Amino acid sequence: MRKNGVKMIKIKAKDVDVFYGKKQALFNISLDIEENQVTALIGPSGCGKSTFLRCLNRMNDVIDICSVKGEILINDFNINDKSCDVVRLREKIGMVFQKPNPFPKTLYENVSYGPTIHGMAQSKQEMDEIVETSLKKAALWEEVKDRLHEPGTGLSGGQQQRLCIARAISVRPEVILMDEPCSALDPIATAQIEELIDELKKEHTIIIVTHSMAQAARVSQNTGFFHLGQLIEHGSTDKIFKNPDNKKTQDYITGRFG
Amino acid sequence: MNLILFTFIVLLGFTSYYFGRKKAYKIQSTKKRLTALPQFYGYYLAIWCAIPAFIIFSLWAIFEPTIVKLLILSDYSNQGYLDDELNLLYEKSKALSRGQFTGEITPFIEASAEKYLSLRSIAQSSKVVIVLSAIIASVAYAYKRISSNSRTREPVEKFLNAVLFTASLAAILTTVGIVFSLIFQTIDFFKVIPLFDFVFGTHWYPAKAFVRDSSEALDPTMYSDTFGAVPIFAGTFFIAFIAMCVAIPIGLMSGIYLAEYASTKVRQYAKPLIEILAGIPTVVYGFFAALTVGPFLKELGTSMGLEVSAESALAAGGVMGIMIIPFISSLSDDVITSVPQSLRDGSYAMGATKSETIKRVIFPAALPGIVGSILLGVSRAIGETMIVVMASGLAANLTLNPLESTSTITAQIVVILIGDQAFGDPKTQAAFALGMSLFLVTLCLNIVALRVVKKYREKYE
Repeated sequence: MRKNGVKMIKIKAKDVDVFYGKKQALFNISLDIEENQVTALIGPSGCGKSTFLRCLNRMNDVIDICSVKGEILINDFNINDKSCDVVRLREKIGMVFQKPNPFPKTLYENVSYGPTIHGMAQSKQEMDEIVETSLKKAALWEEVKDRLHEPGTGLSGGQQQRLCIARAISVRPEVILMDEPCSALDPIATAQIEELIDELKKEHTIIIVTHSMAQAARVSQNTGFFHLGQLIEHGSTDKIFKNPDNKKTQDYITGRFG
Repeated sequence: MNLILFTFIVLLGFTSYYFGRKKAYKIQSTKKRLTALPQFYGYYLAIWCAIPAFIIFSLWAIFEPTIVKLLILSDYSNQGYLDDELNLLYEKSKALSRGQFTGEITPFIEASAEKYLSLRSIAQSSKVVIVLSAIIASVAYAYKRISSNSRTREPVEKFLNAVLFTASLAAILTTVGIVFSLIFQTIDFFKVIPLFDFVFGTHWYPAKAFVRDSSEALDPTMYSDTFGAVPIFAGTFFIAFIAMCVAIPIGLMSGIYLAEYASTKVRQYAKPLIEILAGIPTVVYGFFAALTVGPFLKELGTSMGLEVSAESALAAGGVMGIMIIPFISSLSDDVITSVPQSLRDGSYAMGATKSETIKRVIFPAALPGIVGSILLGVSRAIGETMIVVMASGLAANLTLNPLESTSTITAQIVVILIGDQAFGDPKTQAAFALGMSLFLVTLCLNIVALRVVKKYREKYE
C-alpha cells in the first residue's frame, strides 16, 4: 500500500543473525516488508527462509538452542527487545504452518481459541460473530456452517488449512506469516488458498514462504530470495522474476539449481 | 541324560543348517539360480531336524510314565489290590528307586522298584535311539530333496509363523487355565456359601472357619456371617482411592513438568530417578509404610488429639500412592511428549502461554493415554498386596475412616493361604472366590479403560 506514493513499511529487519547452537543459520538479514502487500520468501531447502519467518513472531523461542541477534522492528518497535510481550506480539502476528495443524477440538473451538485466550469476546454472541466472520474470511463458512461442533481434524487437507487460516485471522492480526501453506495440498485446494491470500492482503500484511516459484509469482507483490542463510536479493516480484540483479537469483528463477 | 541328548540335538540342528547352506552354495557354484538365499536352505534343514525331535520328545513325555506304570502294575493287577493301594505302592517303589523312601520296605516294593529302574533305563536308551535315528532320517531325506528350485523360503517363513503363533497361544492358554482353576473352586465355594451372603454380607471373619475339626461333616450354617465380602471390597476400593488421591495429582504434575517444562538436562536426570521408585520392591514399601509412615501418622494424630491406629488405611494408601507415582508420571510423560509439536506450535503462534497450551491443547490430545495410565495405576492399587498386609492390618473392618485399619481382597487371600490349608475346605476356596472377584473387577476396569481410550481416539484423531 502506498500513501502519497510512499511505501508503508510494516516490518523492518536489521542485521538479523540466527544461530542453532554454534551453527549460524542466517547471516545479516536486512529486509523491509511492505504493509498490506504479499511478500514471498523463496529459495532452496535449508536456505533459512522459514527460520527468518519464525523470527518475526519469535517462534524460534520454542527451540532451546536457537538464538536470534539483530533488530526486527514491527511498527517501529523492536520485538527482540526484552520488553516485548510475546503473547501480545503473537496476537498481532498470526501464523499458518506448512502442515495443517488444527487442534483436536471442534471447528468452533479451533477458531475461538485465539479470541478466548486473548479475552476478545465478552459474550457467547460476540464469539459466535468472531467465529463466523473468521470462517467467512477464510472462505470456509459455507462448507462447514452446519457442522461447527464436529472435530476439525475431520476436514479435508485444504479445508483444514483454511481452518488454520480462520484460526489465525480470528484475533485480527496485522501480519500473517505463512510457512509453505500449500505444500501439503492438491492443486485445487492450493488455488483456493491463493485466492484467499489475495483477499486477505486488503486487511493484513502477508509474508509467505514458498517452494513454488509459480506461486510466488502469482500471489506476491514483493519477493526475497534466500540462499545459504543469506538474503541474496529482494525487490518487487516483477523485477525479481523478470530482471533480477544477481546471477544466483537468475539461476534459481530459471530452475538451474535449487 | 536328557540334557546331553538335548545338547546333542541342538548340535545336530546347527550341523544340518551348515550342510543345508553348503549344499545351496554348491548348487550356486554350478551357476544355477537358487529360489532363496542359501541361509534359507540351512534353516530348512534345521527345521527338519527340530520337528521330529520335538514331536518324539513330547510324545515320550506324555506316554512314558503311564506305560511304565501300567507295565509294573500289570504284575499285580489280579492279586486283589484296590486301585488306591496299587497307586500308593507304585509311588512308594518310585521313591525307593530314587533312594528317598523311608518307610518299611516290603519285597513287593523292592521288586517293583527294581523293575521301575530297569524299565526307565530301557525307556531312556530307546528314546535316544529313536530320536537320533528319526532326526538323521528326516534330515537326510530333506537334504536329498533340496535342489536349485525347491521351495525353502516358504516353509521357513511358515515355521516362524507357527512358532510365534504358539508363543502367543501359550500366553492365552495360561490365562484361560488360570481363569478355569479359579472358576471351579469358586463354584465349589458358592455351593457351601450362598452368593448372596458373600456379596452382601458385612462380616468377614474366615478365622472362624479354622476352628472346624476336619473330621466333622460340613455344616453350612456354621459359616453364616463368616464370608461376607463387603468389608474387604470396601477396604480395597478405599485404600485404592487414597492411593490414587496421592498418585494422580503428583504423578500427572510431574509428568507434565518432565514433558513440557523441564530442560533436557533436568529431564535426563529426573526421569530415571523417578523410575527408580518403580524398581523398589513392594515389600520395601510395605515396611516403610508399617515402620515409618504408620507410627509417624499415629504420633502426629496423637499430638493433634486424634486417635490413629498404628496400622491405618491412610499409611497403606499413602505409601501405595507413592509407589504408583512413577507409573503415572512416566506414562503420562510419554503420551504428552508424543503429542505432535505442530499442535504446540499452532497454539504458541496464537499467543497462548505454556500453561494455556497445556491445558487447552496438549492435555485434551493426550487424554486417552493419560486415562490409560491412571487406570493402569488403579489396577496396580487394587492388586497390590504387600503394603496392605504389612501396613494396614488384616482385620476386615467396615469403615470409611482413613485413620483406622482395614483390609483388602489381596491381603485376605494371603491370610487364607498362608500356612497349611486343606483343599476342598470353604476357607481355602474363599481365596479362590476372592481371586475370581478381583479378576472380574480388574477385567471391568480394563474394559472401561479401553472404551474410554477408544472413545477419545475417535474424537481426536
